[in-house]
Amino acid sequence: MTTVNSYAGTYELDFERPLLQLERQIAEFESQASLSRPDLADEVRKLRQNHDKMLKKIYAKLGPWDTVKVARHPGRPQAIDHIRAVIKDFTELHGDRHFGDDPAIITGLGRVGSHKCMLIAHHKGKDTKERIACHFGCAHPEGYRKALLRMRLAEKFALPVVTLVDTPGAYPGIGAEERGQAQAIALNLREMSRLRVPIVSAIIGEGGSGGALGIAVADRIGMMQYAWYSVISPEGCAAILWKSGDAAEKAAESLKLTAADNLQLGTIDEVIEEPVGGAHRDPAIATQNLEKWLTNALRDLKRFKIDNLIAKRFERLRHIGEVAPH
Amino acid sequence: MTELPGRSWQDLADAAGKRSEVPEGLWMRCPECEAMVYRKTVEQNLHVCPECDYHHRIGADERTRQLCDTGSFEPMWEDLRPTDPLGFVDLHAYKNRLATEQAKTGHADALVCGTGFIKGRRVVLACMDNRFMMGSMGSVVGEKITRSIEKAIETDLPLIIVSCSGGARMQEGALSLAQMSKTAAALARLDAAGGLFISVLTDPTTGGVTASFAMLGDFIVAEPRALIGFAGPRVIANTVRQELPRGFQRSEHLLQKGFIDRVVHRKDLRSEIGRFIDYAGK
Ligand SMILES: [Zn+2]
Repeated sequence: MTTVNSYAGTYELDFERPLLQLERQIAEFESQASLSRPDLADEVRKLRQNHDKMLKKIYAKLGPWDTVKVARHPGRPQAIDHIRAVIKDFTELHGDRHFGDDPAIITGLGRVGSHKCMLIAHHKGKDTKERIACHFGCAHPEGYRKALLRMRLAEKFALPVVTLVDTPGAYPGIGAEERGQAQAIALNLREMSRLRVPIVSAIIGEGGSGGALGIAVADRIGMMQYAWYSVISPEGCAAILWKSGDAAEKAAESLKLTAADNLQLGTIDEVIEEPVGGAHRDPAIATQNLEKWLTNALRDLKRFKIDNLIAKRFERLRHIGEVAPH
Repeated sequence: MTELPGRSWQDLADAAGKRSEVPEGLWMRCPECEAMVYRKTVEQNLHVCPECDYHHRIGADERTRQLCDTGSFEPMWEDLRPTDPLGFVDLHAYKNRLATEQAKTGHADALVCGTGFIKGRRVVLACMDNRFMMGSMGSVVGEKITRSIEKAIETDLPLIIVSCSGGARMQEGALSLAQMSKTAAALARLDAAGGLFISVLTDPTTGGVTASFAMLGDFIVAEPRALIGFAGPRVIANTVRQELPRGFQRSEHLLQKGFIDRVVHRKDLRSEIGRFIDYAGK
């Protein structure tokens, strides 16, 4: 039986509505059954079976736009939730030693399984105040520079780098432009391509554009089943090509932004399975699957000589794209 | 959520009516100073307004003509064509858009590259063409930029890339995004090989192009008053809900903020590039 994450409880995805109705009914019957109506127990069991069937059915045919909604569900575990749940002795390291400490990208030491790592992750914020401070996970140049500083530190002490990607995109603001958003991202792309330690990236929610890529050049890239990853958000794409934000659903379909699509395009290596009904329905399982994938990837990559690893990393970057003739 | 950086593409497309190439007709009105000027005069002046120095946008062919010693430019990889890997359809099918743009420009995609001589120095030169889908970068642009970089590594020739682009091309989705890391990774190799890369930014250079190869030059120069940035001005204005400062995201502003080395008038580009090459000992 699936459980309902309390944080997600107040938020409803439109396509989940019949499901949530059923969940409320089950909860009501359960409370009555435990008190005065033991005869309802059978009813509850039936409702649960219906619920699980419906859940499976809805998620089996989830379209790209619905996937984007799941990726943005406020109850979906964020990087910080995964970190708190499974990263041993996580020790955050603040700031870029140049301008400031962008809360939209967190960096720090921690163990993934038995592997000592440098962790770099987008942070969307857990409550309204934090979300505003983090610009909803949209990083500034100082965030990308903080990430690069920590990657260089990792390189010096031979720590593999693990990045958790979850951003709608890099922040489009005056300060961000004046402090060189484009230059900061560009530099990360170049330096990550030749960083002399293994890099593992997981796209855990939103993989929006250059803001995602700025910490997602890696030896192994995983993507959670209901995450999205593309060159632009569906809304942004719709506004430009359809001249209307209402066309986001169509844009989501055209962009081929789901995990399965990205696997086919070769922009990721593996899809990390989520619990039935998405990570927000059972964050613990989602975290477990992510941790297992990260641990396996790290163990695999440690077998390579670093020169071979960098050569492979380059080959992968080099051959992506579709041109004619081949 | 806020609209995303790629939105700049539209800002530029909308602005194209105003800031387009020199229009047909004997006389034309300068979009900047509004003076009526003889079209031939503008063309003979490198497409720069003789009254106010406004730099009109020029296509890749005109650019290679202006930069290279007469007749020395030899294009490469002209057979590379875009495919439609996503089967992308918006209000138009990408396939049809490509056909239209190809007919309009006479090029297969938004980049012309090859070898040529600048003031007697042999170079690898790549010029983006913003007439072709706003100079957006998809697989072909990324591949040709990467091959140009590799050519510069093999031959130890200086690499010059003239950028003008609305950013990564939406119609190729995540594959366009991947061209950013692909070109940046190739530049890491050029850098390691001690190669010289001169990045020339022209109006407009935005989005995924700015956030990859364009900002990774050993030398970065920009033409006067060019729009250069990550996000488009309208996206930023919508996000911050305030008017943008005057001259924001223009070359002179980036110079002041420390992100480009020099603002160079079009007439001086050849000599400045020549000097960089000499000082780099290439
Ligand atoms: Zn003028």
